[in-house]
This record gives sequence, C-alpha cells and structure tokens, in this order.
Amino acid sequence: MPFPLDLLLLVVLPYAAIVVCVVGTIERYRRHSFSVTSLSSQFFENRRHFWGIMPFHLGILAVLAAHVAWFLFPSLVLRWNARPVRLYAAEVALLACGIAALLGFLVVGFRRGADARLQRVTSAWDWCVYALLVAQIALGVAVALRHTWGSSWFAAAVAPYLWSLVRLNPDTTAAATLPLLAKAHVVLAYLLVAIFPFSRLVHVLAVPNPYLWRRPQVVRWPPPSRVRATARQAPADETARQAGHHVGA
Amino acid sequence: MDVRSQLASVFHLDKCLGCHTCSVACKNLWTDRTGAEYMWWNNVETKPGTGFPTLWEDQQRYRGGWEGGNGRLRLKSTSRRRILTNIFHHPHMPTLDEYYEPWTYDYAHLFTAKRGPDQPVARPVSRITGKPIDVESGPNWDDDLGGSPVYAGQDPNLAALTARERAELFAIERMVFFYLPRNCNHCLNPACVAACPSGALYKRGEDGIVLIDQQRCRAWRACVAACPYKKAFYNWHSGKSEKCIYCFPRVENGQAPACFHACVGRIRYTGVLLYDAARIEAAARAPDGGLAEAHRSLILDPSDPAVAEAASRNGVADSTIDAARRSPVYRFVKEWRMALPLHAEFRTLPMVFYVPPMLPVLSTSHDGLVDQTPSGLFSAIDQARVPVKYLARLFGAGDDRPVRYALAKQKAVRWYRRARVVGDVDDAVAECVLTEADSSSEEAEAIYRLTALCTFEERFVVPPAHREEAAELARDPLDQKGGGFGFMAPPRRGL
Repeated sequence: MPFPLDLLLLVVLPYAAIVVCVVGTIERYRRHSFSVTSLSSQFFENRRHFWGIMPFHLGILAVLAAHVAWFLFPSLVLRWNARPVRLYAAEVALLACGIAALLGFLVVGFRRGADARLQRVTSAWDWCVYALLVAQIALGVAVALRHTWGSSWFAAAVAPYLWSLVRLNPDTTAAATLPLLAKAHVVLAYLLVAIFPFSRLVHVLAVPNPYLWRRPQVVRWPPPSRVRATARQAPADETARQAGHHVGA
Repeated sequence: MDVRSQLASVFHLDKCLGCHTCSVACKNLWTDRTGAEYMWWNNVETKPGTGFPTLWEDQQRYRGGWEGGNGRLRLKSTSRRRILTNIFHHPHMPTLDEYYEPWTYDYAHLFTAKRGPDQPVARPVSRITGKPIDVESGPNWDDDLGGSPVYAGQDPNLAALTARERAELFAIERMVFFYLPRNCNHCLNPACVAACPSGALYKRGEDGIVLIDQQRCRAWRACVAACPYKKAFYNWHSGKSEKCIYCFPRVENGQAPACFHACVGRIRYTGVLLYDAARIEAAARAPDGGLAEAHRSLILDPSDPAVAEAASRNGVADSTIDAARRSPVYRFVKEWRMALPLHAEFRTLPMVFYVPPMLPVLSTSHDGLVDQTPSGLFSAIDQARVPVKYLARLFGAGDDRPVRYALAKQKAVRWYRRARVVGDVDDAVAECVLTEADSSSEEAEAIYRLTALCTFEERFVVPPAHREEAAELARDPLDQKGGGFGFMAPPRRGL
C-alpha cells in the first residue's frame, strides 16, 4: 500500500473523524435535542427484539470495553498474556462476545427486514449504518479468527499507534504493517466515529446516570415571578428538603 | 405542612352515558398525528370489561404502579438496579398489539375500482404500514359488551367475586355494564415520573399537571411500563413518549380541558385541591386497608385559615386559594366523601376521583307484572346486579365501606328529592334515610344541585394562571424569537 494512502487513512481520517464527531454531537445536542432518542422499536415487536438486541448490546459492550482497556493499559495486558492460559481465556471469551454481537445484530437486521411495521420505522440511512456496523463486527471477528492472539499484537502494535495520535505526534510505522483485514477494521472504525452524530448511534449518549442518584419524584416550579419571588424562594427550598421523596428540579 | 395546589377532577359515573365525546375531543385536539394514531389519552371503557390497552389492570402482567404497604414503597417495573439490567430490553413493555393497530379505509378504491358485477368496498388499511389489514381490535372493541365471556368475563376485578356471583353476573337476564372514562390521573406520587431514567417527566409545582419534557425524553419507555393506568404512550414515529397534558394551554387560559368541556353528560368536574405534600410518601405507604382514607387525608380544607396561610407562604396565589374554596372536586371528595380514586392500591395517589354508579337492580316478576321496587330503603345497593364487591375492587382498593358510603349518600339524595318532588315518600322517611347516610337536607340539596343542575361555572373552577406575573415578562423577548410556545425547531423524527 503506498504511503500517502496510509497517511490519509491512518492519520488524516482519525483526526477529521474525531473533530466531526465532537462538533457534530455537541451541535446536535444543543440544537436538536428532540432528535436524540433511541428510536426504540420494541413497541412493534417484542420477542425477536430480546434475542437480537440483548446479545448484540452485551457482546458489543464487552468487546468495546476490551478495546478501550487494551488501548489504555497495553503493558498490563502484555503481562497478563505472558501466561498462555490467560491469553487463551481472554481470546476465547472476547471472540465469543464478538460472535454473540454479530449473531444478535443479524437477528436485529432480519427482524427489521421481515416485519412490515418495523420497515416503516427504518430509513435507508438506517440500513447504511446497519451495513457499516455489520461489516465492522464481521471484520473484527474475521481478524480475531485469521490473525489470532490479537490481544497481544493489539497491545504491541495498535496501542502505540493510537497513543501517537493522542500525543499529536502520529507514528504509523507499526500500524502500516498490520494485515489488510485489521487495517480495514481500523479505518471503518474511524468512519463510524465520523457518522456517529448523524445517525441513531447518538443514543449511546443517553445513559441513565442521573437516575442512579436522583430522588424518585421530580417537581418543576415555574420561574420565580418578580411579584412573588420573595414569597416563594425560601419555603420552596425548604420543602424540597423536607419531603425526602420529592425534589424541586 | 407543605401546602401545594393540584388541579383535580371528579367523574360522576352515575351520569356517564358512554358517548365517547370526551375521547373524540381529545383525539381531534392532540393525538391526530403520525405515531399517535393509536393513543387515546382519554378513553371510555365498558365495565366489566378488559379495557384499553387489553387487561391494563392486571399488574401481574404489566408490572405497573408501586408495591408497598408495610413501610416499603418501590416501583414494580423498575429500580436503580433494574434500570441497568433492563436497559436494552424492558421485559414488561406493552406492544402495539396490546393496544390495537390503527387503521383507515381505502376510500379511493370506491372511485378507482374497475367496473364489475359487485359494489366496490373500502378495505381497512393499516395507518402504520399502509397495507390492508384484518381489523382484530380497536379502541372501544369491547364497548357495551357487558355480558360477553370474551371481554367482560376476562375483567381482572371479577376475581373479587365468588364463582356463583360470577355466574349470576353473566346470566342472560342479568347482564349489566357501566362506563368508566379514563385519562391521566396526574397523580401525587406518579410512577411514571419516578421511573423515567432521563428525568424527563415532572409534576408542575403550581398546578400538579404531570408532563413529559419532549426535549429530554430518550425513549426508554419506562413511564409506559410504570404507569399502572397505562396512560403514558410511546410515539413510535417521533421516538418520544407522550401523555395527557390536562390541556394545559387551555387551563392556563381559564378554560377546562377539552374532554371536560365536551362532556355531554356533564359528568366531569375540575377544580383545585390544596394538599399536604410533606405527607405524600406516608400516604403512599399506608397499609392496604387504610389507603383510601390516607389518600383523602392529604387533602386540606382551604377554608381553614392556617391552611390558606401556609399555602400563601408556599407561593400559591390568592386566586388559587379562592378557587380551592369554590372547588366542586373538594366538595365531592372531601366534604361529601362521594368520589373515590380508581385503584388506590396502585399507590400513585391519583387525582381523578370517581362517583361510583348506582347500578340497576334485578327486577322480579309477579303474576306477569314486573316489580322493581326494592324492599328496603338502601336495598338497591345490595340488590344491584353488580355486587358491591366488584365496585370495591375498582374504587375502594378492595374495601367496600367507602363505596357503600358513597352509594348510600347518592341513594339518600334520591329519596330526599323524591319526597320533595314526587311526594310519594314521606318527608320523615326521607329525613331518616339522610341521617342514616350521614347526610342532611342542606347537604342533599347541595349534592342535588351540583349533580343535576350544575352550570359550566359550577363544574369548572379553573383559577387564572397569572401570566402577568410570569417570568417571561422579565425575559428578553428576542430570546424566544421565531418560536411561539413549544418547539424552537419542528419536532422531526431523529436520524
């Protein structure tokens, strides 16, 4: 592969993708927060939803978490892999997760394609995103099968390359030697990052974190009126504290 | 004492004629949109019956509402832990099939059909897929099917009856039904609000209307699962949940909500209740037997100077306190104790109250003459074709005493008016019945007036929203430029 293409795909593309993703996501949240939703389709079909969505999400989350851990702590991973048994265990477990994600996602696609109601809530763009994701997961599984012990070579070859990007001192020497399948996997990942804000992938950001610590009930008071502002301010705060169940939002 | 105000409602079931005008008024105003076709923020059900969505009262199936009673109070459908385990797939979510697939008719076919031997017909087509469908259920599918084994027979509340009572209820001569209009209860302890992972649902502090912030909703649909009345709906097109908004744009302008305004039978009353927010949690935790009483005890007397002063300190406007004093809801619920919450055992402390219906008694036949005269003065209550136990399941959380009390008072008012108008009942008998029903002639007169002669102004006491004091006046109007109220950008479905 000629060098300029590597430069384009492994250096220019990731930076462009990150910029597009960050700026696009902030803009979408700021200007079109109404459009940020999971667009759930469980309402139309319940059974296949479970058998598709659950393995897909759990599998993809495990695999993604492993990618992040491998990137953050490469030396730790290499030390863990020093004992073959542990290497095999990690490799098999993550491959299983990847395959679960792939199979689950195929169920998701079949479910969407087979049901007339679900077709109504699936756009052409949704199918494009779906195709990209299927390709990405399939590539990942293929890499794991064809080029085994990825948990070691990722830490040795890919992590340094990614860190060089983070340090704004890109070094593609290690990454350029990656096999074609693995390179495609990396490039497709950048593409997915770039389309993130323009697709239903944004639902990833809707984690229910405030639910874990907020009080059950939410009460919203009107903005304090100028006339009665003084009358309301003090007691409203007090009541929020008194009624443990309720909170003034 | 933390006094807040709530716009509450009374539905007088004895007057409901089941015309569905309320539902249609609401549908025309709010849910005639893509993704909302199947929603009925207001619907009218036939009882006994399975309702909308099918069997919504069966919380074994839907896991709505709260469970508690022995000091604990937790949502049946979700919790901090389960919000994570059910994050991708909620196990107790109703699907469209539990409601119905909305449809229209292919009217164009009537004009475009090829010439043939038969009349062309307009076939039903799904409003979701646009394809022809076989209509298998609809919004009032069990309308008036009181004796049907398929619909009425499946009513979860019939569990309160013995096998013999059930058999009698479904005997062909005894078949009976009444109507139950339902919209969002705008509860004091709303399960939908407590379940929302995004914190998009909230209760308005000033009037207690429960709303969904459409900008913050992320389509978890936890509200749909958590609401035991199944009055939060998922808009499959916009990917947002929606619910009854108590017509707040109308209410803020002093008008009653559209369903109230449209009610032909004049069964709906709306007015302010002042309640003690500090005791909400305690009331929701009350033991099963004392739920109705605990619920009612939250409501405060607006004529009590201490209550009015505490309300005023909390920022409740004087006009709202004044409206609370004239509230028809306060009279029915607290003064006369004739209106009861629907399924108080769900522990959401609903703010719609129902006056239970007087049901027809079984007539007896003597020598070819049909005799409908009940033997005792209150015997109509026990001789009604639907046992009180059934009504107790709906309106008394299983306890028949509050239901009997409400029915006895209605009956006493009837005897009293009969003595006054028809004159075939002795005045002394009428007085005696009133005393037994814990009432008086003055009260009976007032009940009669608010039940039978009520004008618009008596039924709907909606305080002004005091827009003149609203903070918008202090804000830069150019902030809102291009908006009006509502969305700054059109509410389009996301990518």
